[in-house]
Amino acid sequence: MKKWWRGILGACVLLFSCAVGAQVRDMPGGPKVDQLNLHEGVTQIAQEIAWLHWMLLIICGVIFLGVFGVMFYSIWAHRKSRGHQASTFHEHLGVEIAWTVIPFIIVIAMALPATKTVVAMKDTSSADLTVKATGYQWKWGYEYIDGPAAGYKFLATLSTPRAQIDGREPKGEFYLMETDYHLVVPVDKKVRVVVTAGDVIHSWMVPDFGVKQDAIPGFLRDAWFRAQKPGIYRGQCAELCGKDHAFMPIVVEVLPQDEYDAWAQEQKKKMAANADDPSKEWTKEELVARGEKVYAANCVACHQANGKGVPGSFPALDGDPTVMGPKDAQLETVLKGRPGTAMAAFAGQLNDVEVAAVITYTRHAWSNAGKGEDPVVQPKDSVAKR
Amino acid sequence: MSSVTVDHVSPGQGQGHDHGHDDHHHAIPSGWRRWLFATNHKDIGTMYLIFSFIMLLEGGTLALLLRTELFEPGLQFFQPELFNQFTTMHGIIMVFGAIMPSFVGFANWMIPMQIGASDMAFARMNNFSFWLLPVAATMLTISFFVPGGATAAGWTLYAPLSAQMGPGMDLAIFAIHLMGASSIMGAINVIVTVLNMRAPGMTLMKMPMFCWTWLITAFLLIAVMPVLAAAITMVLTDRHFGTGFFNAAAGGDPVLYQHVFWFFGHPEVYIMILPAFGIVSAIVPAFSRKKLFGYASMVYATSAIAVLSFIVWAHHMFTTGMPVTGQLYFMYATMLISIPTGVKVFNWVATMWRGSMTFETPMLFSVGFIFVFTMGGFTGLILSVAPIDIQVHDTYYVVAHFHYVLVAGSLFALFAGAYYWVPKWTGRMYNEKLAKWHFWMTLISFNITFFPMHFLGLAGMPRRYADYAAQFTTFHQMATIGAFWFGLSQLLFLYTILRCYRGKGEVAAAKPWEGAEGLEWTVPSPAPFHTFETPPEVK
Repeated sequence: MKKWWRGILGACVLLFSCAVGAQVRDMPGGPKVDQLNLHEGVTQIAQEIAWLHWMLLIICGVIFLGVFGVMFYSIWAHRKSRGHQASTFHEHLGVEIAWTVIPFIIVIAMALPATKTVVAMKDTSSADLTVKATGYQWKWGYEYIDGPAAGYKFLATLSTPRAQIDGREPKGEFYLMETDYHLVVPVDKKVRVVVTAGDVIHSWMVPDFGVKQDAIPGFLRDAWFRAQKPGIYRGQCAELCGKDHAFMPIVVEVLPQDEYDAWAQEQKKKMAANADDPSKEWTKEELVARGEKVYAANCVACHQANGKGVPGSFPALDGDPTVMGPKDAQLETVLKGRPGTAMAAFAGQLNDVEVAAVITYTRHAWSNAGKGEDPVVQPKDSVAKR
Repeated sequence: MSSVTVDHVSPGQGQGHDHGHDDHHHAIPSGWRRWLFATNHKDIGTMYLIFSFIMLLEGGTLALLLRTELFEPGLQFFQPELFNQFTTMHGIIMVFGAIMPSFVGFANWMIPMQIGASDMAFARMNNFSFWLLPVAATMLTISFFVPGGATAAGWTLYAPLSAQMGPGMDLAIFAIHLMGASSIMGAINVIVTVLNMRAPGMTLMKMPMFCWTWLITAFLLIAVMPVLAAAITMVLTDRHFGTGFFNAAAGGDPVLYQHVFWFFGHPEVYIMILPAFGIVSAIVPAFSRKKLFGYASMVYATSAIAVLSFIVWAHHMFTTGMPVTGQLYFMYATMLISIPTGVKVFNWVATMWRGSMTFETPMLFSVGFIFVFTMGGFTGLILSVAPIDIQVHDTYYVVAHFHYVLVAGSLFALFAGAYYWVPKWTGRMYNEKLAKWHFWMTLISFNITFFPMHFLGLAGMPRRYADYAAQFTTFHQMATIGAFWFGLSQLLFLYTILRCYRGKGEVAAAKPWEGAEGLEWTVPSPAPFHTFETPPEVK
């Protein structure tokens, strides 16, 4: 029997050491390898939460030891095999009152410091910078509401390659916790994050900031943080939002003020240069090339790269009558979504050039090959349809 | 319970019923009719227990599939769509198919025998409330095979995600409606039986704790199952009939769903744990050979927990962004629950104190329950503190917490109860050695599975993820190994109990436990088909 035990234990240890041996290192701004406790935190709130957790852990630990010390002593001493005779007491008013009142006092002692933190967490007033975070299936959209980058908006999608997820490539250092664009904010400034969603409920979480705010479609909620140190901090979506729930991370880059200002100026310049002109007439090739990128960022998760969708869940676009038919119906679908299905309204996420481009792309991709009606859709069609 | 002594018992020896107006108990029906048309509380109880164990295996298999995918980072076995279906169905099946019906099974078997009643009050409704369950379970199971698969919105079925699902969602909604109706009927039966059919002299404050906890649970069920039905009906009409309860664009509010759901969901937590308290309160005194300490305060604590359970629901929603006063209120109210719960734990320890203890398997599971459930209680207290909850909400910390209270709590108590009463059910003693193996395997593998999840959650690993950052790997692998160990250990339980049913093992005496008290031990083992046809007199 003993040997058999050791065999199992040995196998477990071997397995663990293999897994750990795969040279995984602590992720800066993300989880440490085998992290045991809360993140240390780079905001005062996160540090207070860590402190509260320690306090509760110690109080609970002491009570635990007390209660189970008594219980295990009793198990050891008051057993029949030791010849212990059962007493007959079964009530004691004093003791019963004591173990109701004392826990009550302990609970109050726990609640007081927690109250202070709750009040501080909920105070989103007089922020230095406000950004809006919008959860979509399955990416985050950000928009700077004020500050030097006011008006700048972008989508942040997972940048971990699919090959890493499927195990065809070794996993990178920031596996699943990296995005193509980062939310950039200045250090030591009170940043208010206004959180909402475009389809279902998501949740914007960054453990190092002590922030987790559900993103409710159709409603605005807010949270705030004041990061004490520059760096990159990582979180993930924390509310089940459908199939790619695990694949929409949050990456926040905290910069010193001067670098932040420089970054903001750069974005402003890029915005001016990149402004899409919806009144321009685009060529088919331009639209298809642009549309392929839009498709890859917004559509591919459901409709798949081969346009075949996922049978039973997400319809195929390859050979779809709407995609092959007159442009109006498809413009309607892309802009306004299909209520009651996972097809979201993209009117708020894509501009008219992107809408026209992605529709033109789907009409030329795969076996569709531009064979349907209206193979080319221009941005002005999208403008007219809005 | 305080001093139950029996004056006269006639355990169905036949003198009582020759002048009875009902003749259904002259012969035990045989074949399939005995089960399909069952009106006997013992038969129905057995069916409930078998059904819930099958559901436990189904839900457990789903859990093992989840753990298989989570053994390593990356997607190896299941795509996230399917993984989310497994998560959702694991939760629904375990809550509505395994834990709740198994307690109803215990109620059916034990409540009439503990209060000296001949049967449950409404025998045919009892039959109906059972037979709804296999129908519901079948609907849930076939929903995996409809287009789009089973619902993948999580067992909480949060709108508007649940509005996006395929027909599997509608099947789940109907299945939950059926299970809800079944629970309500079961609850009405328990209340009427307990209030009206107690033997002469069996006053409320002399009732065994198990009957008390079930009485209170039954009131909770009647209060909240209709609320759940309302929530999922609103999802149904949002999905198909153009309403917009949870759609902001139509003037609705997605958070409304969560309020309605958790107004059901929090009392539901106590529905699944109060009867467990009752079972443990029967077993600890029996094996300590000493009366339950503070019987009256146990009753009051149970009632207090039930009342408090209605006013704390939004602690499941701290991250939805409620006003600061709302957060503070729900934080304070939730912390209060720890007080009556603490009273119960103290009472059990005081019951053991200076007793004369032996540790047969029911006692082992009860002590295991007290020890491990209390850990779940402490993490519950930690979670009640809103700032900490915001940090660990929707992470594995919460997963660890509720498995500590639902598996180490409810399930351990169910095992304890099964070993305690199986001699009464089958007339055979279980094999003590096998049962002790079952206990130790279960206890150790449970902790290997779920303890590391606290660390994962504190480190920020969100729940319901099919894939995770490589830094979380070690603890996920421990959990997976533990889960398979835990799952396989349950086959030992199945084997041990089946041996009793097949008539193997030592013949059980009417009262096989030296310190056990209560009317159920005054009838022979196995309990005859009809017991207490003339009520016993309780002094």
